[in-house]
Amino acid sequence: MSGPPNEGHNEGHHPADADQRTIDLKESDMGEEVRQCACCCEEASEEELLERLDAVIDEYQDKPGALIPVLQMAQGIYGYLPEATLKHIATRLRKPYSEVAGVVGFYSFFSTVPRGDNVIRVCLGTACYVRGGKAVLDAIKSRLGIDVGETTEDRVFSLEVARCFGACGLAPAMSIGDEVYKRVRPSRVPEILAKYRETAPVEEGALNVAG
Amino acid sequence: MPTLTIDDIKVEVPEGTSVLNAARQAGIRIPTLCHIEGRDPIGACRVCLVEIEGARTLVASCSQPANEGMVVHTTSGKVREGRRTVVELLLSEHDGDCQVCARSADCELRNLALELGIDELRYQGERTARTIDTSTPALVRDTGKCIMCRRCVTVCNEVQGVGGLFAQGRGFQTVIGPAFGVDLDEVTCVQCGQCAAVCPVGAITERNQIDEVWEALEDPAKTVIVQTAPAIRAALGECFDYEPGTLVTGKMVAALRRLGFDAVFDTDFAADLTIMEEGTELLMRIKKALVDGEKVALPQFSSCSPGWINYMEHFNPELLDNLSTCKSPQQMFGAIAKTYYAEKIGVKPEDLVVVSVMPCTAKKYEAARPEMNDSGVQDVDIVLTTRELGAMIKQAGIDFRGLPDEQMDAPLGISTGAADIFANTGGVMEAALRTAWAIVTDGASFPFPDLHVKPIEGLEGVKTATLKVTGAKGDWAFLEGADLKVAVAHGLGNAQKVIDQIKSGEAEYHFVEVMTCPGGCIGGGGQPRFTTDEVRQKRMEAIYREDEGRELRQSHENPSVCALYEEYLGAPCGEISHHLLHTKYAEKERV
Repeated sequence: MSGPPNEGHNEGHHPADADQRTIDLKESDMGEEVRQCACCCEEASEEELLERLDAVIDEYQDKPGALIPVLQMAQGIYGYLPEATLKHIATRLRKPYSEVAGVVGFYSFFSTVPRGDNVIRVCLGTACYVRGGKAVLDAIKSRLGIDVGETTEDRVFSLEVARCFGACGLAPAMSIGDEVYKRVRPSRVPEILAKYRETAPVEEGALNVAG
Repeated sequence: MPTLTIDDIKVEVPEGTSVLNAARQAGIRIPTLCHIEGRDPIGACRVCLVEIEGARTLVASCSQPANEGMVVHTTSGKVREGRRTVVELLLSEHDGDCQVCARSADCELRNLALELGIDELRYQGERTARTIDTSTPALVRDTGKCIMCRRCVTVCNEVQGVGGLFAQGRGFQTVIGPAFGVDLDEVTCVQCGQCAAVCPVGAITERNQIDEVWEALEDPAKTVIVQTAPAIRAALGECFDYEPGTLVTGKMVAALRRLGFDAVFDTDFAADLTIMEEGTELLMRIKKALVDGEKVALPQFSSCSPGWINYMEHFNPELLDNLSTCKSPQQMFGAIAKTYYAEKIGVKPEDLVVVSVMPCTAKKYEAARPEMNDSGVQDVDIVLTTRELGAMIKQAGIDFRGLPDEQMDAPLGISTGAADIFANTGGVMEAALRTAWAIVTDGASFPFPDLHVKPIEGLEGVKTATLKVTGAKGDWAFLEGADLKVAVAHGLGNAQKVIDQIKSGEAEYHFVEVMTCPGGCIGGGGQPRFTTDEVRQKRMEAIYREDEGRELRQSHENPSVCALYEEYLGAPCGEISHHLLHTKYAEKERV
């Protein structure tokens, strides 16, 4: 899943002829089609998403320092930053694509691959680390079969590492979405994850060793 | 106008001057690995540290404005120790390979380490994963050698407006390169090599083709000929410690002969030929527009500079029809050498090897373009930069300074002063005007003193001139009294300014000359380092001296070019010319 930007995800979702100014955003003969992907935009068509992005760009275009807020809002609109969107932003803000890519790569907040519905953040700040955060992280990795920065194939979970939630007294901590879990043990991981994925395969006996 | 004291010298500088530039004004050198003259400070390398009385820490002088009453020390023990530590830290992340690095002799980092007396590597830093990008015919990037000074980013973005390079990632993983770490051939890089010209280390260099030339020279089945671009003769001497601006034409010819080339020719010959074709093309476009009422693309843009061609294909594809269809002199030379000349000497084109020496890295790309094979085989086989020729002469053990002056061979070594000035910004235009004037007026004398069109000479970014046509005769009588408007730009950022003016209707021109590199070919990406404006000025003056020392100074007077038309091509822009000397362009991706 940590392949090149744009890989696989948004192909086939582009309605034709959304905007004369776009480059590469449209794929001809696809027609109006509603996105079915699992990021936070199920309902909107590609055309509507692009309209929203262009409205943001219109507002920021001539302001200094426009790039970061535009990227932030684009990520809000698309759930991540697809290659075609970044090229569109570069063209419309008259910024080199290399600069746009450099800014996206600099801030860990930005993601060029689709993220899951639920972003898991495992704290590896000092307190969490010494109280077993790493073991929690390893348990999640093996449970979901993904590495840090990756997303499960069904796009239910993405896994990230965080530095301190301010919950050091309750270490080790992790969060999923807005929910924070405290004093997590590796053995509790399957139970916690199961809440977010109804069909998540639960290994036989995995819950029996809850501690 | 603040006055400050630097190392006991009082210096008054304009408001906003950096301490670094104030020191330079006072004749005090402060070393730096990231600063580029005339550009905003980058502040990346931290080598230019100075001590300012009252300041808590050492200060990077490039980004510190000079203030009234400031007292600065540039040589104190604290400064020396600070600079030393900074360079040691740079070295700790640097995959030097100094003994075998192309930059060894002129590496700014190595020379600074020697200067600061660094004789051991105390630190071993974490390093980025080393990748070597050999995706383009022109340039090689080695991220292991990069010291993140960002000079290349500055020239690629601010001077050239190409924006191919930027810092990617963060921390120890930072790489200076194209978007998301892809290779150069996947982005809008025009391969001008200005990045390689400013790189302080060996992180960006030209693709070295010296061994390919040796191999050809040692193959008894091949006839190997060489052409040298006009700009080489004013810069090659710098590889052998001559002052910038020393003309070494005769020694260069002698050296090439000693390297074993079967004939030593001159791209100048093809530059004269270019003027015949491009000047005729311009007059025909104007005639079609004004007399025949046809819709033709005007202004005509010059097409000699391959970085500029790449730039147009990427960034202004809607104006490709405005580019002259003429191939560059390098490619005209190759096409003529492998047809006309090969026939003359009775050698098959496939047994003739054409080597070019160019001030340019994009010429390597141009020669490799698949359409450049109108002779039936690749028209130009191998392209060396000025730097590579210097290195090759050294490899052969030739004592360059001790060589006699020798002459180019006939017929493709015969040229005029109009061809020499192709090396300078404004030179192609001036050469074209000299000949176009003669064609239109049937040989009346050129209305500028000493044949120089002063308004389009020099280092100003965009230059313009208007010529009122008088004495037009024959087919060209319709031009009588017309104002011929021309513009000249060098550096692609300046070129885009002219294009924007044209697109908005703010300005109208008939002919626009663009050279990719600041100063023109004399400041090319393949020239000896380090090219400052002072060096550009000296090389330009040398080129004008070369022109002025010639008996023939107008392209249409070149006897070998006249013979070529009589014996082979017929008339300029005729059918054979169209096939051999003209080309077309194709749109490329913009982002």
